[in-house]
This record gives sequence, structure tokens and C-alpha cells, in this order.
Amino acid sequence: MSGAETEADPVEHRFGSYGGQYVPETLMPALAELEQAWLEARQDPGFRAELETLLRDFAGRPTALYRARRLSERLGRTVYLKREDLNHTGSHKLNNALGQALLAKRMGKQRIIAETGAGQHGVATATVCALLGLECVIYMGVEDTRRQRPNVQRMELLGASVRPVDAGARTLKEATSAAIRDWVTNVEGTHYVIGSVVGPAPYPALVRDLQRVIGDEARAELLDREGRLPSRVIACVGGGSNALGIFAAFLGDEEVELVGVEAGGDGIDTPRHGAPLTVGGRAGILHGARSAVMQDEEGQIVEAHSISAGLDYPGTGPQHAALRDSGRARYVAVTDSDALAAFREITRLEGIIPALETAHALAWVLAQPDGGIDLVCLSGRGDKDLAEVLGKEQP
Amino acid sequence: MSVARAGRFGDGSEGSVSPSGGAARIADAFANHGKLAALMPYVMAGFPTLEESARIGQACVRAGADVIELGVPYSDPLADGPVIHEAGTRALAAGSSIGGVLEVARAISADVPVVLMCYANMVFAPGVESFLDRLARSGASGLIVPDLPYGEAPEVLGACEQRGLALVPLVAPTTTDQRLAAIGAQARGFLYTVSVVGTTGERRALGERFAEVVRRAKSSTDVPVALGFGIGTPEQAAEAAAAGADGVIVGTRLVREAAEAERPAEAVGAVVEALAAGLSPAR
Ligand SMILES: Cc1ncc(COP(=O)(O)O)c(C=O)c1O
Repeated sequence: MSGAETEADPVEHRFGSYGGQYVPETLMPALAELEQAWLEARQDPGFRAELETLLRDFAGRPTALYRARRLSERLGRTVYLKREDLNHTGSHKLNNALGQALLAKRMGKQRIIAETGAGQHGVATATVCALLGLECVIYMGVEDTRRQRPNVQRMELLGASVRPVDAGARTLKEATSAAIRDWVTNVEGTHYVIGSVVGPAPYPALVRDLQRVIGDEARAELLDREGRLPSRVIACVGGGSNALGIFAAFLGDEEVELVGVEAGGDGIDTPRHGAPLTVGGRAGILHGARSAVMQDEEGQIVEAHSISAGLDYPGTGPQHAALRDSGRARYVAVTDSDALAAFREITRLEGIIPALETAHALAWVLAQPDGGIDLVCLSGRGDKDLAEVLGKEQP
Repeated sequence: MSVARAGRFGDGSEGSVSPSGGAARIADAFANHGKLAALMPYVMAGFPTLEESARIGQACVRAGADVIELGVPYSDPLADGPVIHEAGTRALAAGSSIGGVLEVARAISADVPVVLMCYANMVFAPGVESFLDRLARSGASGLIVPDLPYGEAPEVLGACEQRGLALVPLVAPTTTDQRLAAIGAQARGFLYTVSVVGTTGERRALGERFAEVVRRAKSSTDVPVALGFGIGTPEQAAEAAAAGADGVIVGTRLVREAAEAERPAEAVGAVVEALAAGLSPAR
């Protein structure tokens, strides 16, 4: 939490023409209840203290800000990595899961559900449920249970029940739909811990507020060490939570360029990608919000494709669509093969195995010939991806 | 009524604009059904094929349907349980398109009012006005958008009113009294009252909860109250009517029949006939 919210700050429902609450009526009271709970909790010193203590003692925050030595040398400019891979459970996802689980407890909800793609949000949610003694059900596409196997095992060890979703492309979109249907059915005693800055209001604002600790920490420490702001802030964008988490602290710093890196898949000139912001086109409604969405002429949502399960999603957070339209942030795409190459290269250069999601952001940085100080959100670690990457590299 | 149409569905020949007075036509159907409640079968357009879904709709009409709720296949139907979700997926795989769906609407609306059940993105994607122009041309009387709650509805509501289409809102058991009053006041055609907390699907023994749900809905609105979600048997239909519902919506039970039967139209027709018997005042 930024510490800056006051009673007067509403929870945004719209970001320009994006956002909103396009969900079945059954859920509307639960969304109102969640918004009210968040308005109260963020004002409550007891809640804030509990979250801050857990972020420090349980998650291990603040995470390190690392000046990437050999990468900076290679590129002839300074690159800082905000080390969310060192956060407990190995990614930024825990920041949001902790906050939302505390909120669920406050609302008296004993059952937690979540969707997951890469499995990192599922692991984070299962972890906080173990910590707080809550029942936990995680929805995950069948294809993702295959390519992110270690995370399925972690979730089960943590006591979560993992429900494989066998519909559509069997990836993150379908897992999210399945979680929403569970919520429609069990809304009275269940809280849905959505894993990114997507979904109906208040989720996009709530998840951003819980993730902005990334940007607040990085900005303060960089100012301290360099006496200046970064020239660019770069992050990968699936739903967009690590990106918005780090961008949020810099939105008012007009001189800082914000770059979101989407999944280019086989290339954005093919239909096989996950880059709705980069490609542009008509906005659409997916999972309760209006935003950039991959869809056909008639409004059917089309399947995304990415080698990285966490970016394999045809939608994105509504605030990103607004930041794109206003020109405050720009969005680019990196292909599967460039992300794989960056995954290997950063591992050898820096001794850090990044998540395949994060490798997209790193690939973009590697490809830039110049710049001042780059700040990259190293959103997670890549242990979960070893089987997938090594399998792809067999001749 | 033309059961076997010569033209192909989806060929774009949707006819000319006519002021449809959808709300009035729906009101008529509720006033003149002669049963304990209006019988409102849900038919998934394009499932198993466009032609067969039109035949299913017409079989429902012959068996005593008063209003047809015509489902539009969608990639991400968040309010639907597995049976209707699967039917929509198969309809899309079989090539169903909005043009074809509206042909089915046209075929059925010759006989009874048709209300389209369509997810929000499909309404907004071509532009609300253009979507509703096509809908009005098909002869449909109204529109249900299950993921367009009250707060998001003004644009679609206004555009529906201009075209004489009834925008039918949903209320759920979780809807607060304050929301219920607001939704009931702007309901057109009928108020779609969700009987349970959940997605579409068959359920056992929930008759005892109907009375309270229906009573709340009726106190909020002047239009008829139709109860839906989870009603599949003639007994449940009768219970809904006894609880005061003006209409009974049956979906998953019929879609399951269409999925399982060798001759879907005949089989669905038989189920609807039994439901109509359950709503017969002479019983
Ligand atoms: C390490 C990591 N980075 C990024 C993402 C993408 O999510 P978001 O765009 O919300 O940060 C994921 C999602 O699974 C992830 O695990």
C-alpha cells in the first residue's frame, strides 16, 4: 500500500472508457461488499500493520534492487532488476494474494478460490491460505497443469485442491471463467482472489494498490542510490499486475518512459500471440471488464498463444488500455523464440533464472541499442519453466 | 409456420425493418397462455445445427411454448453451467454465426415472441445500434444480456426502447432490496428472476425457496415475473407457478435432451409437452 489513500479517494470503476462491471447480477452484491471492505481496510491501521508485517516477515520484503552487473556491461548502460523472484513463493503474485486473503478474513469468508496460468498465483494463494487456515480451490487449465507441473505439486502440498479445466484452449482464460462460475455458485461464503489487474471493479484498482509496493520500493531505493529516476521502467504484461505495480509509482514522473511487454507468440502478424494492447483494434469485454481484447468480428473471444502460461491470455487490465490510449505507457510484443533466448542469456549472464513471463521483458531490454537507466521488474523466478524450456530445446 | 426452410441459414436475408413492439407482444403472450404460468423454453441457436435448432424451437411452440428464449452461442458464457456451455461450444465449432442465429429467431418469431439471450461482448462488438437494428429486423421481441447488470445497462436500454425491443433484466436471490427496486422499475417485457445462487443447470428440490424469491421480485415491478435457472421437471414448473411466477423458464433440461436424443426436435417437443401438462389448470 502506498500510504497515500484517503477517504476521499474512490476505488476506480473506470479508466477512461475501460473497466466496469460486466458480470452476472448474482455477483453484484459481492463486488459492492468487497469494495466497501477495501475502502475500510486500507484506512484501518490494524489491517495495514498486519499486512506490512506479513510482507516483511513472511514474504521477505522489501525485495532487493539489483544493479545487473554483466548485463549493464554488455549493454553499455545501467540496468536495475527489481527482484520479485526473491519474494516468498518466487514471484510478485504473493503481494496481492496476501492482501486479498487478509481482506477475505475480514469479510468472514472461509473459502478462497483463484485462477492460475503459470501456477505462480495459484501457489501464492495456496500459500496464504495455509498461513491463514482458509480452504483453497485453484482452477488451472489442463494445458497449464502439464507445462507448469512443479507448481501443481506445490499447490497440492500446500493443501489446495487444484481443479483442472478442460474447456477451450485449456489455459488461463478458461481457468478464469471457471473460477468466476464457481464464485457465481458459491458467492455467499467464498472470496475470489483474482490474480491480476483484470476482472470487474473493484479488482483492477484493488490488485494495483496491493502490487504498487513493487514500484514504491524500487523508486525510493533507486533515488537513494542514483540520485535520479530511471529513464525507462519495463515489465511484462499478462493481465498486467506486475507492470501496473511497478508503473504506479512512476505515473506522475512524466520523464520516465513506461514500457509494457506482451507475449508475441509466433509473431503479432500471425493470429498466435497474446498481445491485445500492442495489436490494438476494437475494445471488448472479457471477465467482467471492458479493455483491449483479442476477438473476432462478432465478438467471440479468440484464443491467445504464448510459450509462457502467465502471458497466454487474450485480455489485459483496463488501466493498461487507458495508459496506452493516453500515451503515458507504450506496449510492445516479444516472440516466444526471443523470450526463450533471453531466458538462457540472462541465466548465464547474471546467475538468475527468470520466469518465462519475465524473459519477455528482458528480451526487449536486450534488444534496445541505447537508453539511460533501465529499471526492469524481474517478476518471478523460472524454476517452474525448466521442463518446458529444456523440452523445447531438444533437437 | 415454415418448418423446413428452403434458404440456408446465415445467408444474410434477414428481412426489412418493422417496428416490433416487442414489449407489447410479450405482454400479450403472458396474458393469453391459458396455463398456470407462461411456458418459456430456452433453445440454444445453432445446436446441434442451425436448421435443427429452428426445428427444436418450432417443436417447442407446437408443444405449448408461449415465449422462446433463444440462446446465442458464445465463447465465454460466464452465467452458464457445463451443459449450455458445451452446447454453445459445439454450435460455434459447427459454424454458428449471429446471422444464422437471427435466421432462427425469424423462423420462430412468426409464431411466438422470441427473446434473445446474448452475452454483452456480442452486443457491443458490432456497435449497440447496429446489433439491435439486426435484432429488430429478425422479428425478435426482446433481449436478455446476462452479464450486463443494471449499472452498465443504460446505453443498451435506451437503444432497445428506440427500436421497440424489450430489454429484460435479471435479478438474483443475492440482489439487495435497493437494487431490486431499481431493476424492477426499468424492467421491460418481464423480469427474469434467477431462482438459485448459481449458473444455469438442473437442480433437485428447490421448490420451497421459490415463494420467497418470487414474492420479492413481484413486489419490485409491474411486468410479469419469470422464474428460471434449475427448473427441469413438470413438478418444478408447477411449483414455480404455485409460488406465483407468471412464467417458467426451462433451459438446461431441454438442451441436454437436444444433446442426447437421436431426433432432437421431437424429443425436446415431448419434454415441453410434459412441462405444459404440468402447468395445465385442469390437472
Ligand atoms: C512471474 C510472472 N510474471 C508475470 C506474470 C503475468 O501476470 P501479470 O501481468 O499480472 O503480472 C505471471 C503470471 O502468472 C508470472 O507468474
